[in-house]
Amino acid sequence: MKYSFLLTAFLLLTTITVAQNFNVKGTLIEGDSAFPLLGASIVLKGTTNGVVSDFDGNFSIDEIPMNGVLVISYLGFITRQVTITSSEFLTIRLETDSESLDEVIVVGYGTRSKKEITGAVSVISSETIEELAPTRIEEALQGQVAGVNITATSGAPGSASNIRIRGIATNGNNQPLILVDGNVVEDLSVINPSDIESISVLKDATAGIYGVRAANGVILITTKIGRKGSELKFDYNVSGGFQETTRKLPVLNATQYGLLVNESFANNGESLPFANVGTLGEGTNWQDEVFTNALKISNDFSMRGGTENSTYSFSASLLTQDGIVGGNKNNFTRYNSRVSFNTELFDKIKLKSGLTYVGTSNKGLAQSSFGSVLFNALNNAPTLSVKDVNGDFTLSEGTGAEVINPVAQIADTFNSSKVNKISGFFGLNYEVIKNVTVEANIQFNFSEVKGRSFNPIVFYGAGKVFNKDRSEYVENYNTFNDYTFDAFITYDNTWADKHHLNASVFTSVFRTEGEFSGSIGFDLEGFNFGNASLDNASDIQNFFPNGNAVFDSRLLSYFGRVQYDYSGKYLFSAVVRRDGSTKFGPENRFGVFPSASVGWIISDEQFLEDSSVVNFLKLRGSYGIVGSDAIPDFRFVSILNGEGEYVFNDELSIGIAQGAIANPEIRWEQQETANIGIDARFLSSKLNVSLDVFEKRTNDLLLVPGVSYILGNTAPGSSAPIVNAGDVSNRGLEFQIGYNEDLTDEMSFGVSYNFTTLKNEVLRVDNGEGFLSGGLFGIGQGDVARMEVGKPIGYFFGLQTDGIFQTQAEVDAHPSQIALGANAQPGDIRFVDTNGDGKIDLEDKTDIGNPIPDVTMGINLSYNYKNIDFQMYVFSSIGNQIVRNYERNLPLTNRTVYSLDRWTGAGSNNIDPRVTTGATGNGTFSDYFVEDGSFIRAQNMQVGYTFSDEMITDAGLDKLRIYFSASNVFTLTKYRGYDPTTSTSSPIGAGFDNGFYPSPRTYLLGVNLKF
Amino acid sequence: MKFNRKNVFGICLTGMMLSLFISCSDDFIDVPSNDPNSEEFFNSEEDYQNALIAAYDMLQSSYINVLMGEIASDNTLAGGESANDVPGFQQIDDMIHTSENVQLRELWGWMYAGVNRANFIMEFKDKTEFTGKNEVIAQTRFLRAYYYFELVKWFGDVPLVVDQRILFGDQFEVDRTPKAQVYAQIEEDLQLAADDLPASQSDVGRVTKGAAQALLGKVLLYQDKFNESANILETVINSGPYSLLTDYSTMFENDNENNAESVFEVQYTDIQGAGFGCLQCSEGNVAVGFNGIRSYNGPLFESGFSFNVPTQEVVDEFENGDIRKDIAILDIDAWALLTGATFVAGYEHTGYYNRKYIAREGDLNTGDANLTNPNNYRSIRFADVLLMAAEALNRGGIDDTRARRYLNRVRLRAELPEVTATGSSLTNAIYHERRMELVGEGHHFFDLVRTNRAAGQIDGFVAGKHELFPIPAIEIELTGNRWAQNPGY
Repeated sequence: MKYSFLLTAFLLLTTITVAQNFNVKGTLIEGDSAFPLLGASIVLKGTTNGVVSDFDGNFSIDEIPMNGVLVISYLGFITRQVTITSSEFLTIRLETDSESLDEVIVVGYGTRSKKEITGAVSVISSETIEELAPTRIEEALQGQVAGVNITATSGAPGSASNIRIRGIATNGNNQPLILVDGNVVEDLSVINPSDIESISVLKDATAGIYGVRAANGVILITTKIGRKGSELKFDYNVSGGFQETTRKLPVLNATQYGLLVNESFANNGESLPFANVGTLGEGTNWQDEVFTNALKISNDFSMRGGTENSTYSFSASLLTQDGIVGGNKNNFTRYNSRVSFNTELFDKIKLKSGLTYVGTSNKGLAQSSFGSVLFNALNNAPTLSVKDVNGDFTLSEGTGAEVINPVAQIADTFNSSKVNKISGFFGLNYEVIKNVTVEANIQFNFSEVKGRSFNPIVFYGAGKVFNKDRSEYVENYNTFNDYTFDAFITYDNTWADKHHLNASVFTSVFRTEGEFSGSIGFDLEGFNFGNASLDNASDIQNFFPNGNAVFDSRLLSYFGRVQYDYSGKYLFSAVVRRDGSTKFGPENRFGVFPSASVGWIISDEQFLEDSSVVNFLKLRGSYGIVGSDAIPDFRFVSILNGEGEYVFNDELSIGIAQGAIANPEIRWEQQETANIGIDARFLSSKLNVSLDVFEKRTNDLLLVPGVSYILGNTAPGSSAPIVNAGDVSNRGLEFQIGYNEDLTDEMSFGVSYNFTTLKNEVLRVDNGEGFLSGGLFGIGQGDVARMEVGKPIGYFFGLQTDGIFQTQAEVDAHPSQIALGANAQPGDIRFVDTNGDGKIDLEDKTDIGNPIPDVTMGINLSYNYKNIDFQMYVFSSIGNQIVRNYERNLPLTNRTVYSLDRWTGAGSNNIDPRVTTGATGNGTFSDYFVEDGSFIRAQNMQVGYTFSDEMITDAGLDKLRIYFSASNVFTLTKYRGYDPTTSTSSPIGAGFDNGFYPSPRTYLLGVNLKF
Repeated sequence: MKFNRKNVFGICLTGMMLSLFISCSDDFIDVPSNDPNSEEFFNSEEDYQNALIAAYDMLQSSYINVLMGEIASDNTLAGGESANDVPGFQQIDDMIHTSENVQLRELWGWMYAGVNRANFIMEFKDKTEFTGKNEVIAQTRFLRAYYYFELVKWFGDVPLVVDQRILFGDQFEVDRTPKAQVYAQIEEDLQLAADDLPASQSDVGRVTKGAAQALLGKVLLYQDKFNESANILETVINSGPYSLLTDYSTMFENDNENNAESVFEVQYTDIQGAGFGCLQCSEGNVAVGFNGIRSYNGPLFESGFSFNVPTQEVVDEFENGDIRKDIAILDIDAWALLTGATFVAGYEHTGYYNRKYIAREGDLNTGDANLTNPNNYRSIRFADVLLMAAEALNRGGIDDTRARRYLNRVRLRAELPEVTATGSSLTNAIYHERRMELVGEGHHFFDLVRTNRAAGQIDGFVAGKHELFPIPAIEIELTGNRWAQNPGY
């Protein structure tokens, strides 16, 4: 403030000293886009001398004194002031004001200004996306939006993300509905972030307008399109760099390993495997052998423009990314092109259309599981070299059935998955008579997925489960096809300048169908991945012997919406839907779901209208119910899609068998959401604050219960029925605060912070057992995570520990642990007899943590000085636990260095048990394996330099920026595994780290070019 | 209104939209399944045959009955990798199993899946007529009897549902049916099956008359119905097409499946892959991989998971000169010494493996190779029939001479001297012979139980409790807490 005061004073002084008037001409351009801005006002500060820019963004204003200040303003853009010192031609850029209350936001079937929004909606603008330059959109959402928690299913290129809006509502699919220009998208990885104009996240009941699939919230993505009457403009962005692992776990070197292995054999009275530990040296750190610096290159090109009646755009992009494990054996390549065209066919009849092609090609390695490359890298013996003296890969003998030489594993993996997808939309909007508009839109997606894999004959050591005695070749071909058709009539009118009514009636149909086919063939000796085909194979078997698997699911909805506001001050909106789904039987096929929201712009009331402190204050509330049908098809009727195969005459005969057990009673699951929120702005709107309190209740949850096996549900191809048998509550608070300040003309900064608290509680599991169990720990320990009343969904269910038995006397004084596999000895873990029955067994399992964070938060910082810009964002997750499940713990498998602290005698250690090859109960799932998963991660740091206009206009450029970005820069955490963001899509069993493929750290150098 | 292109366009558009509005009736979401609806099936012979294949399918899952039955007896120890490797097996081995046992519940579920698949056919048995239907129904009855017999053997009183599937909701209504009633149903099914089945089948692997009769004889013997049992078993002996193999050593090899001694055999193949996620989906004999030698590298055999390892005690019970010993039992140390083979000692390593059913070289090893071993399970062998007949004749006091004759046929083939005993010493000789002839084949535990000898033989066996396995507690819970648990659990 002081600064600007001084500046103004200085300007005033200079104005007085020099007196010369100019005629100033110039052109106004929107931000980085090179689109001219027509209709912006240009006024000499402190006077009424002003003009408006014309169709080409040009303006001319006379009588400007030396050092006169032009104030250029335009609705939805940040107002700029330009000091005039000469009559040279001005090219002035106005940046869109993403904080502006007038900014139009895409919400359910239409747009509203930010001011008018009554729901809990978060928006990410194209500026944010451009600033972050993500290769995937999730990176732009993560930590930016309160209430949205995004975790990668893996750090491998092209892998999917788990997106959770306001917690985990069901034990099934928790992914939100993602619509790109109204078109359903299953996976964000297929979208080129540069194409995105804005992202709106609908978090509360106002998502209900999207009905059935919106139960987990909605992410609306709008793509960029040209602007009317603008000349053709080009954008080109390129970035390249490399990725590396953020962490290698500190495993034992060969000498440490040899000593520890010897000790564990000695502790069981066995002879020592390593007679001469002194010769072992450092050995092989297998992580060094499998991790690599991997390439990432991204290119995208777009052009946009418009005529008086039409706008159009075309874009194309190419991304290729190798994996930090296995390099190009783990590659993801995406090519994408889209074209869109909007026009006014006739006066009052508008057409919009777009077509997108996406191709992806993916090569994968076994990851994030037992037997994955990283699991093997951690567990394989460091005493082995990668190859033996003959140049063959070493065999991993004695390390159990699952641990193999990970380098050999990478070399023997051959697969590819190719997706070709075409999406399109086409819409017409016709203002039939005054105030009445009809609109119809059709969106469609077609994709084909081709998978191939080749498994050569391999031998990794005796008894390894990955050994192949026959070579195999697998081919899959799947197609998916869907369309959405929406049509609606809207009446919109305002009476007496105060009563504004917008009422619509909609119909929407959705159909998705697909077909799966696949075959496996054997014995392709002499062939390789390049030339193998089923034609060369023997014993070819079709995965779908009774004909290709097909599905056809449909939705039919009618709904109406009324939006009313009084003077733009009191806002009301209500929706009633009737949804029908093929997922339910004739009796329960349709459901009726209402939702409503209200808003009150308090700052428009007289008592606040002139407040200098409060610029804006809105109170809003919403309540609604959304139906959900997220279950497989035909679970209400008994169909014969099971597996029945038997051998006659030594040949396989294919029969027909019962599929899943039917439950004709299944009905709509209901998501009930209530939200109260406040939006406020202070200090000339530099400070903005939002606060939301919500409760989301899932009622009549559709789940697969435990059922009596006398139903025959364990037969091949069968499964338990689905029932409406649970309730889950997610309660929480979201808070977002942002501050932006232009310190001087040349220096500005912004900071924003958000946090979300979440309490997840299961309220009902009415399936006979009172809980659903899942998760898998070690080899074959099940029922380690549960969904149970009164607990968070997927809490860890295991034994509680109470230190280590230091002496035999302590063992004797404690209940027997024999039921865990062996009598305890000093140095073993002491488990708590939680049920007090005088013995330690699996009945003592209890709540030992959960994978759901209590609080997640994000901080964004941006700073601009002259041509230099800097951004950083950090996000954090607090209060979640992770299960360490990447250790095989066999006599000859490797360990991490914390095992060096093991118990070795009374008083030596009270956490880590002794090592022994003998039977112990120490491997039973307990809190010994549960770690704090809280973390703070610097997700992105970026510094850019934008060349000033003078430097580039001669080259015909509108903008040239170079930048350097580092993402996933560092992570502060106590968690000992690779990556505390480890996640799985299944809510029960989440938080088990089986050797999670870590998210890479990425360094990129990039260029943004506009011309 | 003046018409122009725009108006026409507008009218077309409005018309299109109106018609779409109207045409989107509720029928849009009435979509039939691409797969047949189970209520509208059985319209052709093919439908019946296809459903019958599915009913046979569950026989393959009975690998767990054989594996776990053997572990339960004093013939073998659980073994595996460690004390925690498949706790359900370990506990049954030590007779400390509870109603929480996961593997027992699997067995229960798979056998009921078989019952349901057979009952599905029976529910619609009158829907469509075709030539040869009697034989389809006869096979179905045999399969239903086979599954129910396994269930009563393991659990005693079990819910008996016939000629209809157990649908969702029914589980809250069915009760445990007294064992005798279940046996009566089994007997009826087997008798009717035997009546309609041919002596031999052109499809190798399908049930024959002899199989139905032999199983009936066994079921009767399990109830101490010696007269009826002897009667039907002697019918099999005298008029069936079966004989003892002269060369015992070829009995369990993959190139001698469905041989002259095989009365009923569960068929397996190695041509289809399988995974741990669905063991019952494997078309291979999962028990063979589980029994296999741990981390084996050498001739003739292949690796496995070292479960179900024979005890020294059963090895010692073989008489000197019994040629069956080296066929039934693999002395792995001696073998390693002889051939240079290597292996890793598993948990409870005894030095012996169940040689009849361990993985052998020469199969396709379709992945996961441990789960796709093609070794057929010789469910009822003619030697078993002879010994059962001998037992029925002897214990029923019917004819010790014939009993001895049948027993000695088996002994002769084993190159052992004939037995001359009578009465109870003959009984003991028959018991001994059964154990030796059938070791590793999953019968011994139930033989001990039905002859009241288990308590003295099996460590930890509590009389009055361990004759039956517990009904899985969760099954009692999920059927409405109405069923009583078996005594002692």
